[in-house]
Amino acid sequence: MSTAPATSHYSPEMRGPAVIGKSVMIKGQIFSREDLTIDGEIDGSVELQEHRLTVGPHGKLQAGVKAREIVVLGTIHGNVEASDKIDIRKDAKLVGDIKTARIVIEDGAYFKGSIDIARPEISKPAAVPAPKPAVAAPASPAANAAAASAPSSALSGELKR
Amino acid sequence: MASGAQPQTRASNGLDQFFSSIQDQDNLSILDFAGASQANVSFITTLGHRIFSNDILHTLDEAFGGDGDFVANQADPNKADYFLRESLDFPERSFDGALVWDTLQFLAPPLLQETVDRLFHVLRPQSALLAFFHAEEKANQVPLYNYRIVESKMLSLTPRGERKPAQYFNNRSLEKLFQKFHSVKFFLTRDHLREVIVRR
Repeated sequence: MSTAPATSHYSPEMRGPAVIGKSVMIKGQIFSREDLTIDGEIDGSVELQEHRLTVGPHGKLQAGVKAREIVVLGTIHGNVEASDKIDIRKDAKLVGDIKTARIVIEDGAYFKGSIDIARPEISKPAAVPAPKPAVAAPASPAANAAAASAPSSALSGELKR
Repeated sequence: MASGAQPQTRASNGLDQFFSSIQDQDNLSILDFAGASQANVSFITTLGHRIFSNDILHTLDEAFGGDGDFVANQADPNKADYFLRESLDFPERSFDGALVWDTLQFLAPPLLQETVDRLFHVLRPQSALLAFFHAEEKANQVPLYNYRIVESKMLSLTPRGERKPAQYFNNRSLEKLFQKFHSVKFFLTRDHLREVIVRR
């Protein structure tokens, strides 16, 4: 019997982007330092400093959202800020004010709110963003489970399945 | 939107007047009742303006669709309040221009006047409002479109079904409707559309 456990070891490089699945509901704040896909329900806020947030087709966010790039296939109720680009796909629903450098809206998307295009400041040198400390650890075992699936993300608040 | 409906382009003197009135200015706030579209968002933000987008036909259907007659339902104060709250709940003088398209013709008189009064309230003095009204007096149904801006005097219209207008408007009734505003200017087009530029 072989004792080599090589294939069963967890390797961060092997996994895909962090995902909050469609049966997960979180009330509170989410901070992430990697790309994140949300297909569940969030009530609170979501912040991904220099990364991409994808709201999947089942995703429902009642939240303020900040990220480098935001792709919406589901629903967001809340103000949205993207330093680079927002992509609102067909059948997505976004109600809230948008601030972004670029925006793509597919036909069939529903949007209600204002759009403010932030013009890049040319003369300023590129600032290196200071790393943001992770927020408090999740309070419940279920939250711990979700956090374990997204090691570079931090969330605080209540999580339900 | 009707499946397979092909967009058609048409020149619009009203749109040309609207953008002429805001040329050489930037950082304006424009209210667009056509709903979100890449064309309108890109055109207006490229001019350096902020756009507030709302698909008002969607809000009309939410408020007055369902059971009963669409026009009769507009007399229900709760439904009318919902419509006004969802469409025009902004502080006074929030906008420098409004692209209302053809939506006003689907509102029955009491709600129509309340909507126009709210538009007056949210627009800044000197700002322009662009509205379209079908000019065919005997039409029972008029086509609905998604209005997309191609350029400052050119529109792309994608059909999205038909609807019964709540009333017929002529120049006199439109002047009366917008009597609080500073001026009303008409452009009658070959395709039975009365384009109206109203100055706050």
